[in-house]
Order: sequence, then C-alpha cells, then structure tokens
Amino acid sequence: MADVDFTSAERRNVVIIGSGPAGLTAALYAARANLEPLVFQGPEPGGQLITTTDVENYPGFPEGIMGPEMMIKFEEQAVRFGTDLRYGVVTEVDFSESPFKLVIDENTPILADTVIISTGAAARYLGIENEKRLLGHGVSACATCDGAFFRDQEVAVVGGGDTAMEEALFLTRFASKVYVIHRRSELRASKIMQDRAQKEEKIEFVWNSTVEDVLGEKEVESIQLKNTQTGERSTLSVQGLFLAIGHTPNTSVFKDWLDMDDLGYIITQADRTQSNIDGVFVSGDAQDHVYRQAVTAAGTGCMAAIDAERWLAERGS
Amino acid sequence: MAEDVKYITVTDDTFEAEVLQSDQPVLVDFWAAWCGPCRIIAPLIIELAEEFEGRAKLAKLDVDQNPTVAMNFGVRSIPTLLFFKDGRVVDQLIGAAPKKTLSEKLESLVAQTV
Repeated sequence: MADVDFTSAERRNVVIIGSGPAGLTAALYAARANLEPLVFQGPEPGGQLITTTDVENYPGFPEGIMGPEMMIKFEEQAVRFGTDLRYGVVTEVDFSESPFKLVIDENTPILADTVIISTGAAARYLGIENEKRLLGHGVSACATCDGAFFRDQEVAVVGGGDTAMEEALFLTRFASKVYVIHRRSELRASKIMQDRAQKEEKIEFVWNSTVEDVLGEKEVESIQLKNTQTGERSTLSVQGLFLAIGHTPNTSVFKDWLDMDDLGYIITQADRTQSNIDGVFVSGDAQDHVYRQAVTAAGTGCMAAIDAERWLAERGS
Repeated sequence: MAEDVKYITVTDDTFEAEVLQSDQPVLVDFWAAWCGPCRIIAPLIIELAEEFEGRAKLAKLDVDQNPTVAMNFGVRSIPTLLFFKDGRVVDQLIGAAPKKTLSEKLESLVAQTV
C-alpha cells in the first residue's frame, strides 16, 4: 500500500472482485438490495465461460446457450438493477479492518465496507519452458479461440475431464485428427461427454501418458510423451497442443490475509461464504474445488450477497 | 458506438499502407467474431484509440476476412495484439490483457518515436 493514498478514496458498501457467474450473481442480489455494488471485472471479464462454446447444463436454457452470450445476459441483468461494472484488476488488499482497502490496477484506492471475492480460477499450464515460449504459436488453453487456426492439421489435447472432452470435440470441426493425452487409463469426464468423445472418429486416445516437452522452432511441431506405466518416451507429431489439465484459483493477491488450502482455494465457514476475516466473503471457484459449475458459482454468489447484506444490516450501515 | 470511432479497420489489402508504412506506432488487434476473449479487448481498443489519438494508431484486423496477414505474422491464437513500429513487430501480447498493460506498452513506443 506504500504509495497509494486512501484519504479521499471512494467508499462503497459492497465491492465484488470478479465478473463470472459468481461475481455477477452476487452483484445482481446486492443491487436488488439497494447496496449499489461495485464490480471489478478482473483480467478476464465474464470469467471462464467466455472461452467455452455450448453451455448445456445451466438450467433454464433447454436448447443450450453459448458461454459468451450467457455472460452478456448475466451482465445485463446485474446492471439493470444498478450494478456499477468497471474494468480493473485488484492488485493489492489490506483486510485489517472494515472499511477494507483495495488497490485497483496498482494505483486507484477503493474503500469497501464488505468485499465479495469471486475471482474464480484460471487454466493450469504444464509449467515447462517450451510451453511458455510457444504459447500462442501452437500452445493454447482455449480451443474455441484458437481451434480455427488448425484446419486440416493434427492436434493434441491434454487432460481427461469434461473440459478436455469439450475441447477435443470442438477441435474435430477443424483438425484432421485430435489426440487426447491422458495420464491415466480412464477418464474423469462425465459419462455423456466420454461417450461423445469416444464415438468421434477423429479423436484418438493416448492413455497413461504425460507430456514431457513441446518441440518446435517457431511453432509447435511435435510433443514428447512419457508412458506413466513403462517410462517409455515417444514423439508425437502435432501442430497444436491444447491444455485442459485443470485450474488454479486466482487467489494469490489475498494470500497474506485469508486462510487457504494447499492448492490456494480460500476456506470459508461451513455452509457460509464468510472467510476467516469478518466482512470478507468468498464465492465461486475461488473457494470451490469440488463442484466448479456455473450454476454452483451463481449459487454461492447469491449466498455471498445475502451474507454481506446481513453483515451490513447488523452493523447499521 | 459506430459514430466517431477513432481506431482503424485494416485488411489484407490496406495493411501495408496503414500499418507497415505508418509514421506512428501501431497496435493491431487480431480478432474474430467467434472469439469470446476478443470481446474483452474490443472496448479497450476504442478507449485507447481516443487516448492516443495523434500519437499512435489503433487498428483491428478480422482474421476470418484477412487470413493472409494473420498467417504472415504467425498468428495462431486470438486475441493477439502486435505492436508495430517502423514496419516491424516490436512487441506482442497473446490473450486478453488489462488496459494498463496495453497503454504502458504504447506509451513506451510513443516515447521512443519522439
């Protein structure tokens, strides 16, 4: 907080950090409670659904809905009741007492009587040197963004969950062949997604394998695999590598203040959204590594807004 | 939004003249209609075009309509933001980025130009 002056900072009842289903549902409820919530959208406005295609499991949309389109609707609904939606990333916090201090984009001070953290999670990378170097040049964590650049080429998807199946299926629209690399011999994905992927002729599963390296001068040319059973190494020629190996919660900015588990998920009180700091509430994937669904995120976002509203009412503010 | 936008739309045909031969630094946003994260960049380009008017150019290139330029610059992921100065790529950002990052990079290019 060294060089940010809070003496004339804007002060708000509720500041919501993040704009996925959790943050925008919290905003909707807080706005309808006349708390005039302020939402900072964070580095990925709309959250993870922005990079998905069809959302088929959000109730109320029997035909399914595109992820980005659904998030526009979430935004519109929150704004309709008076949510103040702003671009900005929270870069520092001081949770020692309410009003809590937040620094936006390293320079703008904001005071918040209550804070709702809905920062979600981001795609995890393998963490190898060449992966970073070739990011955007064949390495991707977003098939819907980048799939079209791989028309008639061979690509690989790493992972065994629903995201991996969804990405692989989407990529079959463009790629001539999609390898799914998974470190186990069975998938973690839901039955319906497994069935769809296994029926697709362009998809070939490579079991019990991990990606050791990504090779290529300027663009991805191949990947090096290691068999987890035999230790045997092999090279697979592909032009694209799509990562779907899970997520990491976006909580590092809060680490000095909030209790977290080993993976960085914020711990909340049982059946509540309250963190270890009175007046700081947490919703969505930032505190949930079990369900991680749009509908559960929206559910906990609603809970956080109600918890914040009661907290403010009890203190007469 | 259509009225009075300050950014330019470039194509395979106009890229050479508008970007490579520009006296000012140019930030080119490679995007497509089907790309969710491109939505995040779009309003930033409008704002930055306003803020940098007369000092740097902000340009948008639809990769679906203009595959040649995208291919020439090895764009395989969108949004990709390429920063051009004197006809060369001097910096790049892949994926959505906060406005502050974009404006800092542009400021430093503008500073070098003067």
